[in-house]
Amino acid sequence: MVPTPKILPCGDSAVTIEFGDRIDPDVNGMVLALDDIIRARAPVGLLETVPTYRSLTVQFDPVTTDYDALIRLVTEETKDLAPRNAVGRRWRVPVVYGGDFGSDLDEVAQIHGMTPNQLIEIHSSAIYRIYMIGFLPGFTYLGGLDKRIATSRRVQPRAKIPAGTIMIGGEQAGIAPMDMPSGWHNLGLTPVRPYAPERDPVFLFAAGDEIVFEPVDASRWEALEKAARAGEPVAEEMRP
Amino acid sequence: MTDLLVKSCGPMTTLQDRGRLGFQGFGVSPSGAMDRRALAMANVLVGNAPETAAIEFMNLGGSFTCEGGDLHVALVGAGAAMSIDGTPVPPQTSAILKEGQVLDIGHPRTGTFAYFAIAGGFAVEPQLGSLSFHLRSRLGGLNGAALKAEDRLPCRGSGDEREPMQLVVQPPEDGGAIRVMLGPQDDYFPSETICLFLESDFTVSPQADRMGFQLTGPRLEHAKGFNIVSDGIVDGHIQVPGSGQPIVLMRDRQTAGGYPKIATVISADLGRFAQLRPGTTLRFRAVERAEALAAARGLKDWLAALPSQLTPVRFNLTTEHLLSRNLIGGTVDALASTPHE
Repeated sequence: MVPTPKILPCGDSAVTIEFGDRIDPDVNGMVLALDDIIRARAPVGLLETVPTYRSLTVQFDPVTTDYDALIRLVTEETKDLAPRNAVGRRWRVPVVYGGDFGSDLDEVAQIHGMTPNQLIEIHSSAIYRIYMIGFLPGFTYLGGLDKRIATSRRVQPRAKIPAGTIMIGGEQAGIAPMDMPSGWHNLGLTPVRPYAPERDPVFLFAAGDEIVFEPVDASRWEALEKAARAGEPVAEEMRP
Repeated sequence: MTDLLVKSCGPMTTLQDRGRLGFQGFGVSPSGAMDRRALAMANVLVGNAPETAAIEFMNLGGSFTCEGGDLHVALVGAGAAMSIDGTPVPPQTSAILKEGQVLDIGHPRTGTFAYFAIAGGFAVEPQLGSLSFHLRSRLGGLNGAALKAEDRLPCRGSGDEREPMQLVVQPPEDGGAIRVMLGPQDDYFPSETICLFLESDFTVSPQADRMGFQLTGPRLEHAKGFNIVSDGIVDGHIQVPGSGQPIVLMRDRQTAGGYPKIATVISADLGRFAQLRPGTTLRFRAVERAEALAAARGLKDWLAALPSQLTPVRFNLTTEHLLSRNLIGGTVDALASTPHE
């Protein structure tokens, strides 16, 4: 059961509605459900909403927004709110694991006393939930990593890892949307571009979507990469 | 069409407008002008809408020419001054830059950020709805980059559409403490820390940029650790990491973060705060929503009234000339070039 959310003022132009203080699908589901409602109701002065793991930040024009009415709307709508757990989309994301594509695969497998293939098997068997998108355009914070392969972050972060890197850090997993600094471990590479400013849609994934990784052979890389470069999603939408 | 050519400029000379709204849920920082008051004044001087993209100068000025026609230009913010072929343009006054002339923009002196607007704005394609440059996303600006020598910016307007104007007003502000509203995570701090935060001097450190301003001051202790599960961040949030030294998050901030935020600078004071140079000492004062709202309304009304404050420059103005007008009229403080303290 999710308790009554906390209303946390963020200055005169924003408010955060917090459903919990932990990473939890039900808490995140409430955040996304309220996000749907606020965006649909679009109160006067609303600028944008930012869903995160556990809270929804609503940003607005302080002069044209009726703050009290906004809070009344939130209070009313969260009384009987059900988590938005019905996932609209599940994506199959092709990954070439190991070697030059995932330079930390062998080391991470060794840390957990398993073979690289066992690690790939575990990593690609899970269904990951996109809890939130942040840090960089299109960077997905994924929950659902099997605890057996949870790996604390690298002692030495890397200044730059390539776009498409499939990585794990702690109990989290992610896909690099662009070249970025990272302290996580690189397991593989996907040609999928979660963010492509020249493509429609610019952002492939949304918070609340699910992701499944599909191991593919390095021989398929060229063809998939070419398709992604041409603007194809390459990630395949699966029927639930 | 007239092009503005960059002869030289500092490393963080960027295009900025109101910012990129609507994509924070996808991890895109809003960015946008650090001092929207100065951005609006520069734009209004050349007849633009107040949030039209302008060139933002951070700490350093630059040098420009134009090609293919003349340009109607204005520079406002942080006491920076411009001159054309060596002749100073009076503060808060627009001017015509003719083809072949050299425009020099001096360093921001009393603050950090100055804005250079061109009548009609720049004919540059927006990315995700904005021209604002954001370094980490490689979005906006000219081809996703900050400006540099030899860049060529196509301009929509020309220099013959309107006569030069001047603005003799200053933004409404008292120069006192930076006003904040407590929260969203003030309950992560003991009451002694809240008192210390509100009653101590803080100094702007050299680590102050478009992402955030690191402050130094007394160590702000947490009551229950300094790691929280990441939640949303807004402009003006004051986060306190493990060091106990607060960071005020600014326009290029991330969209979410995992440190407790003790308070939030109110929207009306954010532009003034952005202009505090490293080494400046400041205090915070907690206000209720009503006072923050009154200040936001006051600033909005002031911005809306700017076009009605314009007066034409009918003479070949020099500083001496303005000074003489000031002495005669007693109402025009033309030498007060800075839009803040």
